[in-house]
Amino acid sequence: MSPSVRLQEMIRVIRGARTQGEERGVIQRECAAIRAQFRQADNGTRSHNLAKLLYVHMLGYPAHFGQMECVRLIASPRYNEKRVGYLGAMMLLDEKQDASLLITNSIKNDLSHSSQYVQSLALCTLGCMGSAEMCRDLAPEIDRLLRASNSYIKKKAALCAVHIVRKVPELGELFTPASRSLLSEKNHGVLHGAVVLITELCERNPETLEQFRKAVPELVQIMKGLVMSGYSPEHNVAGISDPFLQVRILRLLRILGRNNETASDAVNDLLAQVATNTDSSKTAGSAVLYETVLTVMDIKSESGLRVLAVNILGRFLLNNDRNIRYISMTSLQKIVQTDHNAVQRHRGTIVDCLKDQDASVKRRALELSLALVSAVNIRSLMKELLLFLSSCPPELRAHTTSGIFNAAERYAPSQRWHIDTILHVLTTAGGDVRDETVPNLIQLITTATELHCYTVHKLYRALIADISVQSLVQVACWCIGEYGDLLLRGECEETEPVQVAEDDVLDALETVLQSHMSSPATRGFALTATMKLSTRITHNVDRIRSIVSIYGSCIDVELQQRAVEYNALFKKYDHMRAAVLERMPVIDKSSPGHTNGESAGGSIKEMEPTKRTQEVVLPQEPANQVCDLLDLLGGSGEPPQPSPALSTTALGPVSSTAGGDLLDLLGGLDAPLDHVTRPGKTLGPNYRLFMTFVSHSYPPQSVQLQMKAPSGDVIPAHGLGQVTQTVLLNNPNKVSLKMRVRVCYTSQDFVCQDTVQIDSFPSPAW
Amino acid sequence: MTMHFLLLFSRQGKLRLQKWFTPIPEREKKKIVRDMTTMVLGRKPRSCNFLHWKDLKIVYKKYASLYFCCGLDAEENELLALEVLHRYVELLDKYFGNVCELDIIFNFEKAYFILDEFLLGGEVQETSKQVVSRSIEASDMLQEVSERPRSR
Repeated sequence: MSPSVRLQEMIRVIRGARTQGEERGVIQRECAAIRAQFRQADNGTRSHNLAKLLYVHMLGYPAHFGQMECVRLIASPRYNEKRVGYLGAMMLLDEKQDASLLITNSIKNDLSHSSQYVQSLALCTLGCMGSAEMCRDLAPEIDRLLRASNSYIKKKAALCAVHIVRKVPELGELFTPASRSLLSEKNHGVLHGAVVLITELCERNPETLEQFRKAVPELVQIMKGLVMSGYSPEHNVAGISDPFLQVRILRLLRILGRNNETASDAVNDLLAQVATNTDSSKTAGSAVLYETVLTVMDIKSESGLRVLAVNILGRFLLNNDRNIRYISMTSLQKIVQTDHNAVQRHRGTIVDCLKDQDASVKRRALELSLALVSAVNIRSLMKELLLFLSSCPPELRAHTTSGIFNAAERYAPSQRWHIDTILHVLTTAGGDVRDETVPNLIQLITTATELHCYTVHKLYRALIADISVQSLVQVACWCIGEYGDLLLRGECEETEPVQVAEDDVLDALETVLQSHMSSPATRGFALTATMKLSTRITHNVDRIRSIVSIYGSCIDVELQQRAVEYNALFKKYDHMRAAVLERMPVIDKSSPGHTNGESAGGSIKEMEPTKRTQEVVLPQEPANQVCDLLDLLGGSGEPPQPSPALSTTALGPVSSTAGGDLLDLLGGLDAPLDHVTRPGKTLGPNYRLFMTFVSHSYPPQSVQLQMKAPSGDVIPAHGLGQVTQTVLLNNPNKVSLKMRVRVCYTSQDFVCQDTVQIDSFPSPAW
Repeated sequence: MTMHFLLLFSRQGKLRLQKWFTPIPEREKKKIVRDMTTMVLGRKPRSCNFLHWKDLKIVYKKYASLYFCCGLDAEENELLALEVLHRYVELLDKYFGNVCELDIIFNFEKAYFILDEFLLGGEVQETSKQVVSRSIEASDMLQEVSERPRSR
């Protein structure tokens, strides 16, 4: 039985194994036999045993014991054994194995073998797995072969030299002279190898690049010959003469022409010629055109040529072949910033690609569409994007929504359009929007003061239709809570009038509160909104009272706390309820530097900290303020006495009075920042100003304190600014007071606290 | 066409050929093979043939029951890579005569020899089909001659 049949027999047996275990068994037996054979003397079957081992290796089983056999076989004088030996070396040995060094000598000998096929084996192996050391050893041999051998060997030597240069870049100088002369060869294989080698040399060494710029005319000639030549059977691929060589030459011309006027000029004509004469009906032609386009865009080409290139890409967009559409879009993506107008001309086609079946094409079309948004086309383009959103694959939704928001933010033609767009996105894909969308939208709504009525109507309608999208529900609850009076008034300029009864509104909010679909945060919004309505409606305050008291025993701690505090607001602080729950002022977009510690790029998206600060001290979270009041009046949770009407004596605009202890307190927070570029301290979500009275009788029952909002939420560093927070103290009995003030704030991601005791107030204050 | 690797695998994910042009540890190779098979086999039938994986471009094409998959640098021309894969299939087809997966399974070493006449160090070494085919034939003849038992 001939040994190679034994190999095929083994393969058959292995494939016949029905289970993994059976296969393992067969392979173990075979490997044992192979090992035994390796230990024996030469019996003519070594190459076949190694071949078997290589098959086993491909199945994923260990085969390292074959490494030495590879070395032995390579050293054999017989071609069949060398052939398998070298194959084994390429599969089992890589430069990290010690055994690889052992074949260096064999390779060296084989490089000068009388048979070119043996030389070829050695060149191939060296070019595939040669280590840096081997490359250094054998480089002179390769150089020799580059100069004096037949074309079969020259082409392989050239690519071997490429590998050597990649491993040991300094050796590039050795090959430069030979590679230059190779350009005059006629053989395509050698020419191709030469071009690849020259490309590699130029990419690694700027001086070599300079040298080879002189070769540009020669390269142009070769290229022209290929493009204009008639049908050549040997090299023709779908009507293109040697597309592999054409593409490599174009790539080399790109590298030589980059940043160089003369070289770029010299190739302008050629590129135009290639662009117009290449038939792109098949992939081969498209590959050449693609490379041409890339070259045109990368070198200093004339504007006419650039427009031609963009038009080629535009034509590619209409191609039936999906691959061509895809690469067209990746190329357009790269140039959309630099050649924006040229790409805009193809916007229609790009937008059509949003409807393509292929997910990769869709993704590229989305990226491009977002890059093409401008003030001029925002309305029409947004229509397409919203249409796309309703049917886009789930993995693209988050990207689409954030892209839409960014575009709307930058180019919204009107506030109403902006709000409508965001609402549309929330209704279509509310589950895939970023977390900051809710506060961003709220901020946007507050600034659009003329649209409050329109917005709250729209949101109310959306809410009663569907309460599953949390982001939408949260915004809707907030709006209803804030502008409920506008909703109940019934008329609205922008939309049809609709009669909404107080009960309907409360029903809607209660549905949200009770629904299992609502997240805890959403329920928080709904509860607060319900509470806020207590000052905006007239008839159903009792209903609100009962809702609030029910939730006082809710399992969710946050809801429970809110409900308890709202309850307290009803019972003990009813006189303050209106003030606490009044309409919020317009929220500013955040200043640079915020709690997340992200870079202070003035990003307009990051508005959370401002809102949360507001929430701390403004009606959005009246609970906290009430909490602070409780804190300072002894902090013991005992029911404080109802106070007489506040005839307050302000502690003065704290920043300027002589006894401005409070401000000093705040000013004293300007600790020197280290060199890290955080511009200031944010009074973010952790900001609290606690004050307690220190006195012998505790608490002083006659004194009341009211805290107003701070004037800002960031204290700039290095004492460059101040934040003022006014505190009104009502001290009708003119009791002498000592106060301990504690300020909590965030500085460079750390939550800090400072405490100061004020032992005396300026006497004119009382 | 600077290739990092070329893999052939079946519809069931069984590897039929693997050629690595950069030195990679064995474990890493196995992981790459697993990733490639998972990614490529998971593609829908009429998707485009290009993928991204880490910092490489992956170009693949299905021929009958075999997937030809190669990994390229990010600056490479994907359309040309498709042509390279196609050329290799043509060479196999010429050699085996209407090549099918079984040919490549039972004659895997020949598939490698053909590949080694077409690509070297991850680059195309010969752009003419005829020249490659003739070289293979000549090498096979030489192998046959050297396989004849020597007289001892």
